[in-house]
Amino acid sequence: MADTSIKKAKHSGISLWIEKFKAADKGDKKRLITDLLFNNAMYIIIAIAVIFIAIKVPAFLSVSSIVNIISLTAAKLPIALGIAGCIVLTGTDISAGRCVGLTACVAASLLQMTGYANKMFPNLKTMPLFVVLLAVIAIGAVVGLVNGFFVAKFKLHPFIVTLSTQLIVFGTVLMYLMIGGNNGQTLSGLDSSYTSFITGTLFTIGGVAIPKYVLYSVILTAVMWVVWNKTKFGKNMFAVGSNEEAARVSGVNVFMTILMVFVLAGAMYGITGFIEGARIASCSANTGLNYECDAIAACVIGGVSFVGGTGKISGIVIGVLLLQIIFAGLNFLSVSANMLYIIKGVIILVACAIDMRKYLARR
Amino acid sequence: MQNNINKSVSANDKDILLKMVDIEKTFPGVKALDHAQLTVKKGTVHALMGENGAGKSTLMKCLFGVYSKDNGHIYVEGSEVNYKNSKEALENGVAMVHQELNQALKRNVMDNMWLGRFPTVSKYLPFTSEKKMYDETMKIFNDLEINVDPKTVMSTMSVSQRQMVEIAKAVSYNSKIIVFDEPTSSLTEEEVEHLFRIINMLRDRGCGIIYISHKMEEILRISDEVTIMRDGKWIATKPASELTMDEIIKLMVGRELTNRYPEKDNKIGDVLLKVENLSGEYTNLNNVSFQAKRGEILGVAGLDGSGRTELLEQIFGITTKKSGKITLNGKEVKNHNPHESIKNGFALLTEERRATGIFGILNIRENTTISSLKKYQTGPFLNKKKMKETTDEYIKSLRVKTPNQETKISSLSGGNQQKVILARWLLTDPTVLLLDEPTRGIDVGAKYEIYQLILELAKKGKTVIMVSSEMAELLGVCDKILVMSGGRLSGEVDAKTTNQEEIMTLAAKYV
Repeated sequence: MADTSIKKAKHSGISLWIEKFKAADKGDKKRLITDLLFNNAMYIIIAIAVIFIAIKVPAFLSVSSIVNIISLTAAKLPIALGIAGCIVLTGTDISAGRCVGLTACVAASLLQMTGYANKMFPNLKTMPLFVVLLAVIAIGAVVGLVNGFFVAKFKLHPFIVTLSTQLIVFGTVLMYLMIGGNNGQTLSGLDSSYTSFITGTLFTIGGVAIPKYVLYSVILTAVMWVVWNKTKFGKNMFAVGSNEEAARVSGVNVFMTILMVFVLAGAMYGITGFIEGARIASCSANTGLNYECDAIAACVIGGVSFVGGTGKISGIVIGVLLLQIIFAGLNFLSVSANMLYIIKGVIILVACAIDMRKYLARR
Repeated sequence: MQNNINKSVSANDKDILLKMVDIEKTFPGVKALDHAQLTVKKGTVHALMGENGAGKSTLMKCLFGVYSKDNGHIYVEGSEVNYKNSKEALENGVAMVHQELNQALKRNVMDNMWLGRFPTVSKYLPFTSEKKMYDETMKIFNDLEINVDPKTVMSTMSVSQRQMVEIAKAVSYNSKIIVFDEPTSSLTEEEVEHLFRIINMLRDRGCGIIYISHKMEEILRISDEVTIMRDGKWIATKPASELTMDEIIKLMVGRELTNRYPEKDNKIGDVLLKVENLSGEYTNLNNVSFQAKRGEILGVAGLDGSGRTELLEQIFGITTKKSGKITLNGKEVKNHNPHESIKNGFALLTEERRATGIFGILNIRENTTISSLKKYQTGPFLNKKKMKETTDEYIKSLRVKTPNQETKISSLSGGNQQKVILARWLLTDPTVLLLDEPTRGIDVGAKYEIYQLILELAKKGKTVIMVSSEMAELLGVCDKILVMSGGRLSGEVDAKTTNQEEIMTLAAKYV
């Protein structure tokens, strides 16, 4: 019995599937094919969509379009990397989008150019970018700390906790935007040091500039990969997500693990906010709205399952990328923004259902 | 007597690994441990026995700091200890292999082995080292003759393999004392042999093994000494070689159990249920056919995973049917789902009482009437008075020990919970009763009462199909025994004329 398990581990997924398929009888073969189709349904649907759009609108596959998709992926990646940790713990974080909004507004307000007419803090000199970055990371981390504390200490479901903090953060943004002479207006007129640091050209491909924040996103992804795979914290996170009790009796500090996952997620939202502030360049209370939906959808598509304890960084990157491909494609087809919401909703629903199907024990 | 024991113990103190003396623990209203004691010597397997509620697990929980003891002392290798949690015990060489495995199933073997103490690449590079984890795990596995790749994901492994990993984990902490809590409850014969080899290996190394089990044959085979507890008290500690099964039962129950099974006086009528070529879509159940008569008690024997539970669940419509035909009283019944099966006169008492039997936070009345609420409907409302009356009748007729019917079912003992669930099914007035391990985790006294109930039902002309892992029980209670092996029906024997050897041979036929 033990021999077979070793054999299994040595085989790759595909060859194992083929072996299984050969051994199966007629009825089982049919089932195996349906399973294969369902398990990869998200990728199949997206592949078909890409081909369809590319035929209809060839410009979809132009360099500028592809660079655009990559840039958007890079912009949405950090928030997904943060939220993925919460999902690994079988939780979620719906305060993520509002948290990005808050940190984007704070970053933008602190980095408006001197002499700009509607400057929120007219007497503020240009602040060093580094200080502002740390400040927004800290703000995000504090929101995460509150989320994590209530989840870990009082065993509240993350949905309820983040539903509440999401409101609190939104109220805070609205009040923050009323400060000084701003009176609730959008924050623009950013200092050039800030915008060039984020949206400045990294290098150009075929005459199309790749913005610098793509690089930051790549760095963050690498850091998160190390955190997830090579640190005790990362391994503990997966253990807690897979079986909290097992982790507890093995001596894992479950409270701290949960807390730190949310704090880390908050910090990632802070970084996302810092990037978004300059990328959008006109931040309002609506900045970051529904970002968590895209991030959660991306995680689920990329195999970070709500059953907890599973997920890979590479999956998250693929998930965000696929989602951006879809959105960009729908733009090319001139699908209305209203319709886009419906499509997003359907994608999340279908992706979750397909994911759950894998874990359901059929009887 | 107590002084005597203490004296003899102090005589050879060096050999004593663990000594628990005068342990007391009181829960609200119950004295769970009353001057309990346990002495485990180096290089021995020490069986801990007693009925459910005798205090075995409470004693172990006091050792591991899950409960804090009210009184008493615990000595490990002569020095007093007071562990605050199982982690602390583990780090001090006292480990437990739990009955219910507590593992992170989506992670691989080595992640589970080193959980809570992942090795790092070096002191200055605080990244976890997969290589160290792999090498160390392989070393221990080779040592214990465990043939599992450390990179295998836990959920893809069998229960026995997972249990081996748990044992290896205990060994990796250099444990001196290892507690096994019902380790063989889900293992096949072959796997039990492997487990025993490992236990013997650990014993030869000088470990002290505490072995908790209800299976007497195993106890007598593997253990050197046996401690028997009853009602939270220490009753006796004797060398296993001086004990017999009957003696152990006598010490556990406190009285001689002359009749372990009630007198059989059920009359068997004509054929009621016919099952033909039944196969499951997603289960290993393969082409099973049998007949059951009115008033007959039909046993189902077999090893774990042989398809016994699957057979009952298939008949009851829990699992998807691939092919086959079920005929009740000459009419074909489809039984697509439990709802339909209940309507057709079937009832299933599930194997996992806690998981799929009781509604823990509901009271006895609610648990009794949940499957037949329709009977108590007046318009859209439920008639509470009628429900109360029925529940009282069943509490009386099934002799459920409870203060009243408002008591939460979770506060009853296992045997009484089982009676309430039986009452639930009797209330649906079934013609075929499917019982999956009806006496699992129930003490000897309550078992007898369950047997009586089964017999009474048969006498009323109902057909009872009963799955059990205890062969003696099947031989004592049933008329006919079906033997399952590898998802197939490997034989059908008459309970009066067969013996355990014949059943075991049949059970191993398609393994």
